[in-house]
Amino acid sequence: MDKFQIVRGPAAPLLVDDVDTDQIAPVQYMRALEPDYRVALFARWRAAPQDFVLDKPRFSGAPILVAGRNFGCGSAREVAVWALMAHGVRCIVARSFSDVFRESALKNGVLPVQLDAADQGSFEAIATDVDGAAPFEVDLVKQIIQCPGGRVYAFSIAPHERAALLQGLDDVALTMAYAARIAAWEEGALQEQPWLQRVPPRKG
Amino acid sequence: MSLPAIHAATLFDKIWSRHVVAQESERFLLYVDRAVVDDVRAPHVLASLAKRGLPIRRPDLVFVVQDHTTPSFPTHRGLGGSDFLDATRAAAHAAGLTLFDVGDAEQGISHVTMPELGVVPPGSTYVCVDSHAPTVGGLGALGFGCGSSELEHVLATQTIWLKKPRQHRIRLDGALAEGVSAKDVILHVLRIVGREAMRGAAVEFCGDMIAREPIEGRLTISNMAVELGARTSLMAPDAAAMDWLAARHPQERSAELAGVRKVWSALRSDAGAAFETDLHFDCASVEPQITWGTSPSTAIPVTSKVPSAGDAHGLAADKWRRAIDYMDLTPGEPLLGKKVDRVFIGSCTNSRLPDLESAARVLRGRRVAQGVTAVVVPGSRTVARQAERAGLREIFVAAGFQWGEPGCSMCAGGGGERLQPGERVVSTTNRNFEGRQGAGVRTHLASPATAAAAAVCGVIADPRRLAPNS
Repeated sequence: MDKFQIVRGPAAPLLVDDVDTDQIAPVQYMRALEPDYRVALFARWRAAPQDFVLDKPRFSGAPILVAGRNFGCGSAREVAVWALMAHGVRCIVARSFSDVFRESALKNGVLPVQLDAADQGSFEAIATDVDGAAPFEVDLVKQIIQCPGGRVYAFSIAPHERAALLQGLDDVALTMAYAARIAAWEEGALQEQPWLQRVPPRKG
Repeated sequence: MSLPAIHAATLFDKIWSRHVVAQESERFLLYVDRAVVDDVRAPHVLASLAKRGLPIRRPDLVFVVQDHTTPSFPTHRGLGGSDFLDATRAAAHAAGLTLFDVGDAEQGISHVTMPELGVVPPGSTYVCVDSHAPTVGGLGALGFGCGSSELEHVLATQTIWLKKPRQHRIRLDGALAEGVSAKDVILHVLRIVGREAMRGAAVEFCGDMIAREPIEGRLTISNMAVELGARTSLMAPDAAAMDWLAARHPQERSAELAGVRKVWSALRSDAGAAFETDLHFDCASVEPQITWGTSPSTAIPVTSKVPSAGDAHGLAADKWRRAIDYMDLTPGEPLLGKKVDRVFIGSCTNSRLPDLESAARVLRGRRVAQGVTAVVVPGSRTVARQAERAGLREIFVAAGFQWGEPGCSMCAGGGGERLQPGERVVSTTNRNFEGRQGAGVRTHLASPATAAAAAVCGVIADPRRLAPNS
């Protein structure tokens, strides 16, 4: 996955709560094994006569999305993250995230930011006012977002999540360091609760 | 005065701590006893692992299912034609994994087949690349949904990194009234609790309603706890759960099961175990529910009226308006009598034998109304066989229902149905999001009995008004 250190660009406001993954990546646009994720992204919202934020020229390829509460809820489909990435999104600042979506974002080098509750309103107001006219800068090294006009917001993130994003690492190599412990766990389970380690045979 | 027990553990704590392999500050490496990957994700997940040169650590503990893109009828073209099914089959064979293929005796929806095949025992951990993995909590197994990349990690290491979730408990007491089912209970709970309070949490359900409920109804409740935003949900496995499993286990394991029961019996929250919140619901007064909006938490009693802005249970005015417009409803109008175009009975929420039985009680001796397309899709071939033996298929077909092939079908739109924008559907599924069942399609979530009532009346109807014919 791509490293995430500093990302700079327009911040597209999509201040809607409970945006589910059926909106972000509708099933009907996933007919191929390798679909065009750019077309799939919010396909139905963009089909409507309204001016969808990511279709405005100033947000073309915008790397930052500013979202509402419970972003990415519903289906666990990781294609929702891939569709956002296909548009160029690298960071999502939301009031809150669905867990599965948040974890999938991290696995793909997309930074999910949840600002302190006290900061959320003013940050959203700035993103709305700026409306793509000037770039924001998300700095994962310093854990800050620099807004046009100078306002700076600090954000927190778990150390292991930050380290993985900065270095572009995935967890498998790290987990492999625990291979002996995993094997020991399996051995213990086989002794104490063997049904956890064995699956009933398939019927004829 | 009773003193809180020292080190009192919750049911969740017990399963969680049994599976911890390692800990790094606030995250835990948890052993995964069973992993499941479905046809929409298997081609990518298995190809990616092969490309990365990562072997699957325990192929014997991994299952591949064909459910999301299985055509609902032989005449249908499922999502992507047979592309996903063919790629999944090839990838599963190449990786040496057990595949429950289309046409196999075990064909069906992952969250239906895994419990009924005895693959997911109480006290086990279960990870599926689908959000409704916590369905298995109805049997006392700890299920987690995840994305494709996470599942690659699970297959390569047989473990998953997780933060320990907050814990809540929901006590469900009271005998259900006639015509009311587990689906109505969980829809009622969703309206009260909403989608924020328990987001990311582990939710335990208990109470005498659960104790009386057949296992299938428990699976329904655990399944829809996902719509609360819960990361996982659980119920203590009781004698009924163990009997249910024993009845489904191959004979050769029944001797072992006897000893296992003792271990499973300890899978319950200790007296005094702490939960962040402890909610209590009296289910005796719950009426048949139906959703009016575009979120599962917009359930109301089927006899009530579409809410106006002021009483839309916490929904912000703009979201309420958007939902009203999308669903083409008028604030204050009754839902009863609203014309429906389609009825769907199926999905990992409501496609098990008791679900089909409760719909059949309404349908016996009645006909699907003119102009309504009614479809029933058993969750698995096992359920389909049982239903056929019990004469249920005959009742559905005589009523004018189409009897489909086991799979997710109309729930997520992968089964090949082509719904028109504006169609109104009463569906026993779990999600009514905009466009979930097709662009512009208006989905009302309800129980199998309420869905059956809508099918025969041609309009949203109260199943209690349709007394069973003998």
